[in-house]
Amino acid sequence: MDLNTIWFLIIGALFTAFFLLEGFDYGVGMLVPFLGRTDEERRVIINTIGPFWDANEVWFITAGASMFAAFPNWYATLFSGFYLALFLLLIALIGRGVSFEFRSKLTHAGWRRGWDWVIFFGSLLPPLLWGVALANLMRGVPIDQHMNYVGTFWDLISVYSVVGGASVVLLFLLHGALFLTLRTEGAIQRRARRLALAIGAWTTALTFFFVILSYFETDMFTRLGVDPGSIPILAGLSLFSVQFFIRAKRDAWAFAMTALTIVLSTITVFMDLYPRVMVSSLNPDWSLTIYNAASNPYSLRVMTIIALTVLPLVVLYQIWSYWVFRHRLKAAEHLEY
Amino acid sequence: MDSVILARWQFGITTIYHFFFVPITIGLAFLIAFMETAYVVTGDQAYLRMTKFWGKLFLINFAVGVVTGIMQEFQFGMNWSSYSRYVGDVFGAPLAIESLAAFFLESTFLAVWLFGWDKLPKRVHVLSIWLVAIGTTLSAFWILTANAFMQEPVGHVVRGGHAEMASFGQLITNPQLLFEFPHVWLGALSTGAFFVAGISAYQILKRRSVDIFKRCFSIAIVAATVTSILTAVVGHDQAQHLMRAQPMKMAASEALWDTSPEVAPWAIVAGIDSANHRNTFEIEIPGLLSLLAYNRLHGSVPGINQLQAMYEQHYGPGNYIPPVRTTFWSFRIMVAAGLLMILLALYGVFLSTRDRLERRPWYLKTMVLAIFLPLIANTTGWIMTEVGRQPWVVFGLLRTADGVSPTVPPSLVWTTLLGFGGIYGVLAAIDLYLFMKVIRDGPALEGEQTDDEGLEVAPL
Repeated sequence: MDLNTIWFLIIGALFTAFFLLEGFDYGVGMLVPFLGRTDEERRVIINTIGPFWDANEVWFITAGASMFAAFPNWYATLFSGFYLALFLLLIALIGRGVSFEFRSKLTHAGWRRGWDWVIFFGSLLPPLLWGVALANLMRGVPIDQHMNYVGTFWDLISVYSVVGGASVVLLFLLHGALFLTLRTEGAIQRRARRLALAIGAWTTALTFFFVILSYFETDMFTRLGVDPGSIPILAGLSLFSVQFFIRAKRDAWAFAMTALTIVLSTITVFMDLYPRVMVSSLNPDWSLTIYNAASNPYSLRVMTIIALTVLPLVVLYQIWSYWVFRHRLKAAEHLEY
Repeated sequence: MDSVILARWQFGITTIYHFFFVPITIGLAFLIAFMETAYVVTGDQAYLRMTKFWGKLFLINFAVGVVTGIMQEFQFGMNWSSYSRYVGDVFGAPLAIESLAAFFLESTFLAVWLFGWDKLPKRVHVLSIWLVAIGTTLSAFWILTANAFMQEPVGHVVRGGHAEMASFGQLITNPQLLFEFPHVWLGALSTGAFFVAGISAYQILKRRSVDIFKRCFSIAIVAATVTSILTAVVGHDQAQHLMRAQPMKMAASEALWDTSPEVAPWAIVAGIDSANHRNTFEIEIPGLLSLLAYNRLHGSVPGINQLQAMYEQHYGPGNYIPPVRTTFWSFRIMVAAGLLMILLALYGVFLSTRDRLERRPWYLKTMVLAIFLPLIANTTGWIMTEVGRQPWVVFGLLRTADGVSPTVPPSLVWTTLLGFGGIYGVLAAIDLYLFMKVIRDGPALEGEQTDDEGLEVAPL
């Protein structure tokens, strides 16, 4: 395997970890104003992701920086091309990040309410934008022979990309609701489970609709074949199974299945792209690939050594931190946020 | 206005804003780690109260530092895509290592620290804040590795129209980095120390928990003394390195139009006439520029006009003179702020060891205002470094004007400039308000809950 492929895999892994982990805290963030009836309940909901959301976000920061280091042309084309979309994403992340810290610093009800809505929109917008971006990455965007994106923000918006965005939002919402069933008890847990059941079928339906649209909008099926192989099929099956686990009150299993769906779907997207990283809709030869977008072999080698040394360590201490904060939150206990 | 100017304004505003919060984070992290260690070792509850009080301010400050940092990482791609393509190979690496080795560490262990008070043994808990402090330092190191490359490109070859990394070892032993990193890091530590000293002074003036805050003050003022003196010492070494690496920046920071005499005087102030390449007046100290540049009392310093002629020969026709007035004054403001910090810190140690703080209210009031001195020094130091490098974005390799995104129109840069500017303004106001609230509330007494459990709000 060449270094370019290794870096494609590393960045794919970083995005997979990001969607898997931040997926549930976006979902929880979207639920704050709805599942919590009292301020204390909303605090419990926020505190379920309190110890995790910041480190989860770092998976995205690291994925972005790794694109810069390993595939500078990918980084340059994507972020100068998806300019306004990235601007909206950053605004959402800024608002969301400070809300968690600022919200409980004052007791004023209006103040807290305001931040709850910042958390809501800050958690809704990123998955929506990510879904839209991923759909566009798969379908192809206008990229010229100098690797520059020559479209506008509105070229990114289509029925296909919006369905993509909506299905990612629903999937994360489901993932977040199931996370809450694991970290809470009593009324909040019951409401979370009920909500998961209500949106589970919709999520499955919309996601399958997106897959059908992909057949017409992308070259995914010509590349992978009509039988796309075990990974995408398992992704579909795991999503389909979620509702049965919720009904059976097997919360951990249900959560594991949305986790599996997210992981396998992300892998599918990267499989579809490989060895391209951005598809040009103007001319296939102008697509960015892991070769024409990459840093030189020396730089990739240095970065590989560093990443493969540091990442396992990161995974270990993050697992440890999830272990430290594994217990269910009780409304009566001291809440940090 | 064209995209270059707008993108530069955006970079300047967002980076300066971000850099108000980062040095406070770095400095406070170490002081809090020190206080908690003192608590674990001595068992003295006063140290625990200190730790928790400063921890609250730390978290408010950290939040804004982090969210504005996300913006920093992506604006290279948004506004400077040609730059990113040209140097991504070299410049991207330290950024990626920063997030791998520093951001994960900081974010994971800060959460462990904040949420782990009742869940972890004391020793593991105090270790987590040390890991946060180490994370902030690593972060500074890697970001300055990237910046040092822009000042002094090493360890690369230019091939196929862009810079390729040739030696990672040279990149992290860049001479520029070896001066820049300790200077910035020590400056950050003193920023945190002045922050703690200033707020403690305010509390002593207001007679809130005086015993606690006198102890905080004496810890902070010792740290402030040591770090501000060392910052100046390293800064002096850095100036000498500047002579070798970027003489134009040195000449601009002195508004030295023509090569100086053998014993070069240092202008305290000057009236700068950039259009005619001359100064209308100067107040000078003889020999001080030689001392600054070479660490001895003689030695001629090359002037702007001579360097411009030399650069034209080397790089072809063009204007290689950075904005002289900005560079000149930012350097002087930085030095003045730094010297003032040293004097205030030394006097503070004198008062603190003799327990005369409360008898010098004017000094305590000055120390409250002195919170801003390191922020001013950090900002002007950064302006001198970045503006003094112009017209280059990577010195000698790539001009700033050639680094912008070719397909992003000015209207879009305006949108994000105003968008981020507005949000940063709001954040600054909220941040100050919350700082004041936490400061007024003061440190909690033992066993007291400062937050309000069970606040009732009408259901949806």
